[in-house]
Amino acid sequence: MIPAPFEYAAAESAGHALELLAEYGDDAKLLAGGHSLLPMMKLRLAVPSVLIDIGGVNELAYIRTDGDDLVIGATTRHADVAGSERVRSGAPLLAYSAAQVGDPQIRHRGTIGGSLAHADPAADLPMALTALGGSVELMSPSGTRTVPAGDFFTGYFETSLEPGELLSAVRVPRQPGADWGYQKFVRRANDWAIVGAAAVAGRVALANMGPTPIRARAVEQALADGAGPAEAAELAADGTEPGEDIHADRAFRQHLSRVLTRRALEHQRG
Amino acid sequence: MKVRLTVNGQDRSDDVEPRLLLVHYLRQHLGLRAANVGCDTTSCGACTVLLNGKSVKSCTVLTVQASGQEVTTAEGLAPEGDLHPVQRAFRAEHGLQCGFCTPGMVMAATGLLAENPHPTEEEVRAGLEGNFCRCTGYHNIVRAVLTAAGTMSTGATTSTESAQ
Repeated sequence: MIPAPFEYAAAESAGHALELLAEYGDDAKLLAGGHSLLPMMKLRLAVPSVLIDIGGVNELAYIRTDGDDLVIGATTRHADVAGSERVRSGAPLLAYSAAQVGDPQIRHRGTIGGSLAHADPAADLPMALTALGGSVELMSPSGTRTVPAGDFFTGYFETSLEPGELLSAVRVPRQPGADWGYQKFVRRANDWAIVGAAAVAGRVALANMGPTPIRARAVEQALADGAGPAEAAELAADGTEPGEDIHADRAFRQHLSRVLTRRALEHQRG
Repeated sequence: MKVRLTVNGQDRSDDVEPRLLLVHYLRQHLGLRAANVGCDTTSCGACTVLLNGKSVKSCTVLTVQASGQEVTTAEGLAPEGDLHPVQRAFRAEHGLQCGFCTPGMVMAATGLLAENPHPTEEEVRAGLEGNFCRCTGYHNIVRAVLTAAGTMSTGATTSTESAQ
């Protein structure tokens, strides 16, 4: 399978990428690791006329501590997030989630910013960012705005990224020692979650239970009120309207969300 | 579009379409046919090569993305006539049946051992999760990688045995 023809421009810096975005407008897509975009282009589900490659922009690949936050540059590869001692100690759920993306080859190429901007509700990192109460930094010629995960994911593969904006960094609160748990149910190794559940410090997020990753707020409230994991997890599907597909109907997804939430809460590691 | 990259130690300079996938560049432009196109959907790993020493699936890398970088294919693991310890271990342990997945397995294993020279069996299995063998010959493949880890850690060189 071969993508439709396109023009290619390698950005030399984040600022250069923004200039190129302004120049090419809606016809352009940003390319980082390309492990979400290129498969879609090979299937001709995406047919951008210009690719702006930010994969070689070194200033966007970093892992830093900023006060109480961990800040990760958008083009940081999954393998680097998963292997980072700074991430493993400050936000172990994020390191673990990055290690669940695809397989080693995919983790050598795919980037944290690319995965979040792709906004697949079944993917690992959008769920992790939601559970962690993290945010993304969106850069434009007029400055940078910080958008919490809950406002960033707006629909099925849709985000609040505006035309001309670039997701430049990911920010999560550092919670060393906080309990966390992660579960995903798949039929095949390396697959996207049929349903996923992630818990950290009393917050619970679910993957593939709606058009975006969602918080299991009833579970969180029950935990805050002193309920145990099994009791709280029974509320995981409350208010959800998951889609149906060849893998699972709505009732099965709701069942999975309760089971996986219980397991995520019961098997928490700190 | 102009690209300059190093493939198996040789500098290459070519004019390619931006949409040319790395696996097609290697196979069709350079005649390096070890990397196979299997699933063509980033799943099977038959097209695995090393990019700057790290395993990647060359069906999901544009040639232009590899410009300025180093690519290693199975052809480049050892000098002509020699075998790399990983290749030798695949032969010794019969780590192949039909052979289609083998170049990708060898490259994924080589990348894995560069990152983790002393993997456990479990780590080898996890490290090869991006490579499918549809003959399901996994036991011998895993054994081959463990054997290679052993010979590489004892300092065996590639030049003492030649390929047959």
